Amino acid sequence: MAEAPLVRARAVERSYGAHRVLRDVSFELDAGDALVVTGPNGSGKTTLLRLLVGLAVPSRGTIEVELDRSRLGFVGHEPLVYRELTALENLDLYGRLYRVPERRERIGMLLERFGLWEARGQRVSAFSRGMTQRLALCRALLHEPELLVLDEPHSALDTQGAALLDQELEDVAGRSTLVVATHEPERLERLTTARLSLGTA
Amino acid sequence: MSGYLGDVAVLARKDLRLELRARDTLPAMLLFVLATLVVFHFALPADAGDDPAYGLLWVALVFTSLLGLARAWVPEREAGALDGLVLAPTDRSAIWLGKTIASLAFLGAAEVVAIPAFVLFFAPLDAHALAGVVLASVGICAVGSLVSAMAAASRGREVLLPLIFLPLAIPIVVGGVGATISEEPGKFLAFLGLYDAVFAILSWAAFEYVVTE
Repeated sequence: MAEAPLVRARAVERSYGAHRVLRDVSFELDAGDALVVTGPNGSGKTTLLRLLVGLAVPSRGTIEVELDRSRLGFVGHEPLVYRELTALENLDLYGRLYRVPERRERIGMLLERFGLWEARGQRVSAFSRGMTQRLALCRALLHEPELLVLDEPHSALDTQGAALLDQELEDVAGRSTLVVATHEPERLERLTTARLSLGTA
Repeated sequence: MSGYLGDVAVLARKDLRLELRARDTLPAMLLFVLATLVVFHFALPADAGDDPAYGLLWVALVFTSLLGLARAWVPEREAGALDGLVLAPTDRSAIWLGKTIASLAFLGAAEVVAIPAFVLFFAPLDAHALAGVVLASVGICAVGSLVSAMAAASRGREVLLPLIFLPLAIPIVVGGVGATISEEPGKFLAFLGLYDAVFAILSWAAFEYVVTE
C-alpha cells in the first residue's frame, strides 16, 4: 500500500474579510519532495506558507501535514527572533525549546556555516538585513526539520549568502521535504520536484 | 530542569535578560509609582486620615502594573518572535506562564520600592496588607499577561489593554483595599486567592486560543 502523502492541501481558500487571497489550491507532497511556489506579489504565497506551518487556518478546504510542530522549520518575511538578544542567545533559546541534541555544537556549526560566528555575540538589532536573514535560516535549520518551509529565502542575501543557502538546500533536499516560495525559481531548478504557480485570486 | 517547567524557565529568563539589557520597562514603572505617590502625598489633605491613602496605594499599583503590561509583548511583536514561539514544540501555555513570571518579577521590583515609599509618605502597612499586595500582584500578572497578549495582536492595542484589563482588575482592587483596611482581612485575602486561582487557570487554558487562529 502506498504511503500517505506528507502534505495534502485540498481546495484551500483563504480570505481576509471580503478580500480573497487564495482560491482553490490543491496539492500533495511526499517525503523528500521539493515544491517551488511562484506567483506575483499578492498572489498568496506567504499566506499559503503560513497555512502550511499552522500559523493561519484556511477559510475553506483543508491542509493536512503529517508532522508535529517539532519537525517543521519556517522562514517567513520576518526572522522570528528577538532583536535585543544576540545571535547566540536567540539560537540557544530556540535550541532549548526544540530540545536540540548537542545544542551548542549544532549552533556553532550553523553559525560557522552561515558566516555569523564572528558576530555571534552581537545583538540582532545591530545586524544588517542579510545577516538577520542568515540567522533566520540558522534558526529554521537548527532542529533539522523534516519539512522546511521558506518564504523568499534569498531576499536580502548577498551573492555569497545566496550561494550558501543554495548549497544548504542541496544538502537537505531529499532528507527534508521543501516548500519554497520564490521569485527566482531557476535557483532551485535542480532540486525541484513539483511546482505551484499562484495567480491573483 | 526539563519539560514544561524547563520551557517556562527558559522563556521567563529570556524576558528578564531582555529587560536587563534594554531597561525600558522597570525604570518606567519605578518612576511612575514614585511620582504617583509623591503627587498623592501633596494632593491628599493633611487631615484625610490613612484610609484614603490606602486606597490610593492600590490605584498606584494597578496603574503601575498596567504600564509594565503594555510593554510585556513588545519584544515578541518585533521581528515576529511570537510566531517563532508559537511554532516551537512547547505547550503554548508555557509562553503565557513565562511572561506572567517575568511580569511578576518586574511588578515585584516596583513594589519593593513603592511599599517603603508609601510607608514613608503615608502610613504603615501590616502583614495582611503585604499579603494582599503579593496575592493581588499574582492576579494582576496572570490576567494582565493574557489580556496584553490579546491587545498586542490588535491595531488599537494602547486603547484595548486598559479597556479590558481595568474592569478585570476591579475585584483585585476591592480585595486589596479590603485586606488593607478591613477588620477581617482574612476574607479579602481568601477572595484574592480565589481570584488568582480562577483567573490563572482560565488564562492558562485560554492562551493558546489568543495566539493562534
